[in-house]
Amino acid sequence: MNRFEVITPADLASASRILAEDGHAALAGGVDVLDLAKQNIATPNALVNLKGLKELGGIEVRPSGELRLGATAKLSEVAEHPAVRAKFTALAESAGEAATPQIRNLGTVGGNILQRPRCWYFRNPDVNCLKKGGDKCYALGGLNRYHSILGGGPSYIVHPSNLAPALIAFRASAKIVGPGGERALELEKFFTLPTVDPKRENLLKPGEIITEVIVPAPSANARSVYLEAREKQSFDWPLVSAAVVIDRTPGAKTIRDVRVVMGAVAPIPWRSLEAETVLRSGALDESLARAAAEAALKNAQPMSDNAYKVVIAKVIVRRAIMRAAGLEAA
Amino acid sequence: MSRRVTLKLGIEGDTHDVTVVIPDDEPTPWDLGARLSIVGKPTPRVDGALKATGAAHYTYDIELPGMLYGAILRSPWPHARIRDIDLSAAKRMAGVRAVLALDDREIRFAGQEVAAVAALSTDIASDALSVVRVDYETMPFVVDVDAAMTDSAPRVFGSGSNVGRASSSSIGNVARGLEQAASTLEATYTTPVQTHVSLETHGAVASFNSAGDELTVWCSTQGIFSVRDDLAVYFSLPPDKVRVVCEFLGGGFGSKFGATPEMIVAARLAKAAGVPVKLMLPRADEHRATGNRPSSIQAVKLGVDGGGKLTAIDLVQHGSGGIGGGAGSAGPFKSIYRCANIRTEERNVYINAGPSAPMRAPGWPQGCFALELAMDEMARKAGIDRLEFRRRNSDNPVRAVEYEIGARAFGWSEKSASKKSTGPVKRGVGVASAEWHAVGVSGPEAQVLAYRDGTVEVRVGTQDIGTGTRTVLAIVAAEELGLPIDRVKSEIGDTRFLFSVPSGGSLSAPSNTPAVRQAAAHLKDKLFRIAAPMLGAEPNDLEASNATIRVRTNPSRAIAFADVCKRIPGDSISAQGERIPNYEGFRTDQAGCQFAEVEVDTETGIVRVTRVVAVHDAGRIIDPLTARSQVNGGVLMGIGFALFEDRRMDPQIGIMVNPTMDDYKLLGSLDAPQIDVTFVEVANGLTNTGVMGLGEVAHVASTAAVACAVYDALGVPVRSLPITPDRVLAALGQV
Repeated sequence: MNRFEVITPADLASASRILAEDGHAALAGGVDVLDLAKQNIATPNALVNLKGLKELGGIEVRPSGELRLGATAKLSEVAEHPAVRAKFTALAESAGEAATPQIRNLGTVGGNILQRPRCWYFRNPDVNCLKKGGDKCYALGGLNRYHSILGGGPSYIVHPSNLAPALIAFRASAKIVGPGGERALELEKFFTLPTVDPKRENLLKPGEIITEVIVPAPSANARSVYLEAREKQSFDWPLVSAAVVIDRTPGAKTIRDVRVVMGAVAPIPWRSLEAETVLRSGALDESLARAAAEAALKNAQPMSDNAYKVVIAKVIVRRAIMRAAGLEAA
Repeated sequence: MSRRVTLKLGIEGDTHDVTVVIPDDEPTPWDLGARLSIVGKPTPRVDGALKATGAAHYTYDIELPGMLYGAILRSPWPHARIRDIDLSAAKRMAGVRAVLALDDREIRFAGQEVAAVAALSTDIASDALSVVRVDYETMPFVVDVDAAMTDSAPRVFGSGSNVGRASSSSIGNVARGLEQAASTLEATYTTPVQTHVSLETHGAVASFNSAGDELTVWCSTQGIFSVRDDLAVYFSLPPDKVRVVCEFLGGGFGSKFGATPEMIVAARLAKAAGVPVKLMLPRADEHRATGNRPSSIQAVKLGVDGGGKLTAIDLVQHGSGGIGGGAGSAGPFKSIYRCANIRTEERNVYINAGPSAPMRAPGWPQGCFALELAMDEMARKAGIDRLEFRRRNSDNPVRAVEYEIGARAFGWSEKSASKKSTGPVKRGVGVASAEWHAVGVSGPEAQVLAYRDGTVEVRVGTQDIGTGTRTVLAIVAAEELGLPIDRVKSEIGDTRFLFSVPSGGSLSAPSNTPAVRQAAAHLKDKLFRIAAPMLGAEPNDLEASNATIRVRTNPSRAIAFADVCKRIPGDSISAQGERIPNYEGFRTDQAGCQFAEVEVDTETGIVRVTRVVAVHDAGRIIDPLTARSQVNGGVLMGIGFALFEDRRMDPQIGIMVNPTMDDYKLLGSLDAPQIDVTFVEVANGLTNTGVMGLGEVAHVASTAAVACAVYDALGVPVRSLPITPDRVLAALGQV
């Protein structure tokens, strides 16, 4: 592990300035950055401690109904927050399903969004893969049972964030502060495919810090569900996850609006416009949900070991739709 | 000098009078008539609080003045020759005190030891490794077992074949048995490599005296004396100049016998640096290089006659322990079920992967999985109830009782007959049989001391692999001396105590408890000699119970045990006991069976185990709490092997891709089912305690029971472990 110092900046502006320096990385929960450092995948010479910055913390539902998640709010706080559970159910569920109780008590909203992929080639210090500047993604010709089935190439990682699919399903934006000032970016546009740059997963620039995530107030009739399938029930990554938000007037056969976002299937959280289009096309029942799930995976391109993920993804998407629509019990 | 004693042996409802000849200095074995006050009653682990509070000292916790930290450089290549190692930069680095090139110049797996350093901190040690320049000549490699068996495969060992010679056994005539069968089954079953994943990784703290002719090693080991002997040979020291200490051990499962490479490296570095060196392995090295349970490919044929009796059992098996052997899995095929025609053939296949090591019931969980799933497939084909099929082919009276107890506790008849739900989640049940022979060995000696303050101490050179050895030894001494458990302390884990055997092969309890009981009996004789004049009686007329020594024929003439101890002339008196060879006894085998219930989501392929009923016998149960805990552990490890664990090797670069606690999937608390454990007490008369080991038999059937339950749930078998969602969906024809 590279030796590093921990710098605790006085305020956000200096945090951003220090973070912009070469070899500096942000420290919030420390779950991923320390893992990466221990494996020599990240070699920071300084960690900029964001934990003391008050404006980065907290969770609140504003009078408008809008939700503000501070970047250093813990996953356990998101999972347990009564208003989040009531109005942003999929989000609370996605936080509650992540990792272990211990990690949820340390891991933060910002860290969950920004964590690096779990790919076993990327994480292995003996492998110089494409994502680390090498010339090859080993998943393609190697062991790829947990890798991408959509949007892959030239790197075939899956994005590891539990929160991101749910946040995107709720149209969340990240507030980002950096050397160039402040900007807001819809999370849907925040993540980038490996075709843009296989070494990155998002558009965050050096020195930029996600300070908070803003989730607009959902419609009064919106119902949301987050579901994931994983091999183990204790401490495992999802094989597939899906976040679905459905807005439907009570009693109506058709929906007013819907978002379907899958996790763990692609190098970015994967919003399925195909599934959403199907769901808008008629009366919402099981066959429409099934058709939407089929549409969501229509373009799937599984590799040697992961065709089963396509099957599971269809099931999880269909079940999430059915539950969000109140057509199937949780 | 000896005496003849008739013992009442067997199990309740099936007793046998057996006459044995017992040496005069040996206590009479506890038989069915024995009235015991502590043995068999639940006693909480005596060192439980130490472990729960972190006060227990493991090797990781050992810190010595001036101690250095060692680290090992390992090959990233699966097969290579080392042309040259340049250690000069590492040697020059500030804070580095010793640098070694290790002896082997041919690398046969990614993760093999290449060089080592000792430095003032773990960080400096790791920096020093990063500047060691190794010139590798890489060579063709093979990590896939099927590929390794082909003629064109790169050879793991020079020009020799990657497939070892067959180890064969045969009784009767399998071809004829298959001909005579009314129904036959032919299927192939596979199991992956499983790693031991001891929570405490391998490692040691080694310290030489200033003259360099005495070595003390604190290490995480299952066998302090075998480590001592190996190190004595390696460093050409007399064994009594090597002291090995292991107060607490964080798991071994068979991977921690003898002086393992990192212990020798720690001691070499300590010798070179002239100060103590601590070297504990990182998790990835633990997975890659410290042992594993070999894989298996098991081609099975069964035949059954019209009456549901097996006519043939045939196994042709290949398996790989990487560059190690020991991959055979024929054990269960040869002995769990009765059959006139049995043939087995086992072959090791060598690949460029870390060497195998014995692992909890070596060969048996994988063999039992294949045999028992084949039994279920055969039963279905022949139209026989699965449990009845097993009953008809087992002649072990203890197992027959266990099947009944288990079936009742589990609700087998109702559950196996109930219809499958119409929803996607299907329930299934399975049953599998175990077997083992944990009768212990002679060799261990024990010392028991009584102190003037009335307390007693047991000292044995054994170690606690985690099963509760201290507790069990203290209970046996307390029982013999008529004391409550809190008056007895166990000291173990130091080669300065009397010799004992490694804690593996389910040896500890059956090998050590008889020595402790004999020692306690000898101590009791000495205390009776002190008490006799106090009570005006002969020593032979006394007995000890309830912390009191009294006249057997006149119990009111009594004196407190502690008051007798006050007459001890010095600080303590002590006595020794030895573990003598086994008597003939009742039976030397153990049966056992486990029932499992699973829920399978047939749309996602995800399996959950919801309940396990385990019924076991291990002779006399000393402490039902520690015994139950061992069975729980065996069951959970078996579920992990059934559903999750798999060492995965990349065929392109020949490395293990999942050497982490994240990617190597170990069962967690949410994956643990309700486990109900029942013991069938067997008075076997094999030793003065009649204890048998439990660690392995508790693990043999667990994986198989889960696999059989999955078959019941799906209606199609999943013949390869682990039973992951992809395999379930493939079995259902959905992928």
